[in-house]
Amino acid sequence: MNAFLQHLIPLLIAAVASMVWLGLNALVWVYCERKFAGHIQRRPGPFEVGPHGVLQPLIDGLKLMSKQLLTPDNADAPLYWLAPILSMVPVLLLYLPIPYGPVLTGMNINLGLLLILAFSSFNGLAVILAGWASNNKWGVLGAARAVSQTVAYEIPLLLTVLAISFMTGTLNLVDITTMQGGHIGNWFIWKQPLAFLIFLVAMFGETNRAPFDLAEAESELTAGFHTEYSSMGFGLFFLAEYGYMVVMCSVCSVLFLGGFNGPIPGIEGWWWMLLKTYALLSFMVWVRWTFPRVRFDQLLNINWKWLLPLATFNLLATALIIKL
Amino acid sequence: MGKFKENVIQPILDCWSLIVGLKITGKYFCKPLVTVHYPREVIDDENLRTYGGHVELIGKPKDPATPKCISCMMCVTNCPSNCLKVVKQKAPKPTPEQEAAMKAAEEAGEKVTAPKAPKNPAKFTYDYTLCSLCGTCIDNCPVKSLKFSNNIYWVATSRKEMNIDLLARLKEQATEFPAPAPKTEAVPAAAEKEA
Ligand code: SF4
Ligand code: SF4
Repeated sequence: MNAFLQHLIPLLIAAVASMVWLGLNALVWVYCERKFAGHIQRRPGPFEVGPHGVLQPLIDGLKLMSKQLLTPDNADAPLYWLAPILSMVPVLLLYLPIPYGPVLTGMNINLGLLLILAFSSFNGLAVILAGWASNNKWGVLGAARAVSQTVAYEIPLLLTVLAISFMTGTLNLVDITTMQGGHIGNWFIWKQPLAFLIFLVAMFGETNRAPFDLAEAESELTAGFHTEYSSMGFGLFFLAEYGYMVVMCSVCSVLFLGGFNGPIPGIEGWWWMLLKTYALLSFMVWVRWTFPRVRFDQLLNINWKWLLPLATFNLLATALIIKL
Repeated sequence: MGKFKENVIQPILDCWSLIVGLKITGKYFCKPLVTVHYPREVIDDENLRTYGGHVELIGKPKDPATPKCISCMMCVTNCPSNCLKVVKQKAPKPTPEQEAAMKAAEEAGEKVTAPKAPKNPAKFTYDYTLCSLCGTCIDNCPVKSLKFSNNIYWVATSRKEMNIDLLARLKEQATEFPAPAPKTEAVPAAAEKEA
């Protein structure tokens, strides 16, 4: 019993901490994204609430929460309300195995990578449910697109991750990080540059981010799967999107950029992890405000014609080199 | 070979354009802002010169309170949105002396010259809510009596306030020259009183 408690309490702490971390990140990144967008378009972004508008996301959150929750007529109410929860709750789990430091890891398990990949697919399910249960044709269209997109982009993502675990022989994220210890030359980006590029592209597809945000193409689908959601129903989807972004960028920096290892020996720590993750997040925002949304057939073509063969090739090459 | 080039080499080369795009937005990210924080900052008049706001009258060079307008109705006829209204001035009632003179002329069999109506309009109203800012009225005015204003600060809470008396506005501009731009709110009120 005691041993059980010993495991449970840190896990609970980690869960609460990741919840806080998720909320904090979402707040900060909503703000940063708007500021980034503003500066790219040479305008100030949010400016009125608080110095340089720093309180804007908080106030927006308050406003969102104070709105009425509506269920559309003839919607499948249980599924309709399950969807935002299903999109949000798995994100909390995703934060647990991410190693922010040798000690600062919520749950050091051997299948950490698998857990992240498995639970990140829940987002697709949540989107389908949301679109289907809304009793709205745009919602259904958005959901249909989201399925084909997530399913498609999952495969190259898995293949690149597989290439990494072939090399390391483990699915434990802490182990993968420690293997990249020492200096910058040990980071897997040098050994797996193609995998890094594929992961980067698939990351945009997986998180429904522009230029691959076709599930919620607001111009064609009037916001797609979450057209009908008001108040925190929408808020949860919104939070989850930012949550997934942070998770994906964290995983990317663990797999390819050495996680909490610094570029030179002796200065590793959680701040490196944060720095790399935030650099990747900034890159995602940068890309979003640079490229126009692709067409749907283009989206699938990029995946099936390019990412998938390249990822397979990369995997086979990795296997071959390891065998030799 | 041609197919291979088209389907494989070209897309890879095209990826370069993505980097070019990122470079451009990256450059803009570092450039200074071009917008102003409106209520606290306004842009200077130099930058407003090219702004085409609502239509307004141009005064005579010597008498800025009266427009150059000759009430020819060209602008009213040509406006596709029907937002201009011009009322011509009536001929003034002859004064007793003039009447006497006219009578004398009639009796003497001479040509009677009734006093002519002044050419400048009695009323010139303009409904900004209808105007499409097409500039047709400006192009068609034979005496160049119309122009786009540089006023970007005009707000109103009702449609009625957007229906302005251009003569009153011109008079105001002439008296308070150079008119401060946000002052225009006073004009509709004056227009209403007259109406
Ligand atoms: S700008 Fe065009 S719409 Fe406006 S008053 Fe002149 S002619 Fe009419
Ligand atoms: S076209 Fe010019 S002169 Fe003629 S009525 Fe209009 S403003 Fe006056």
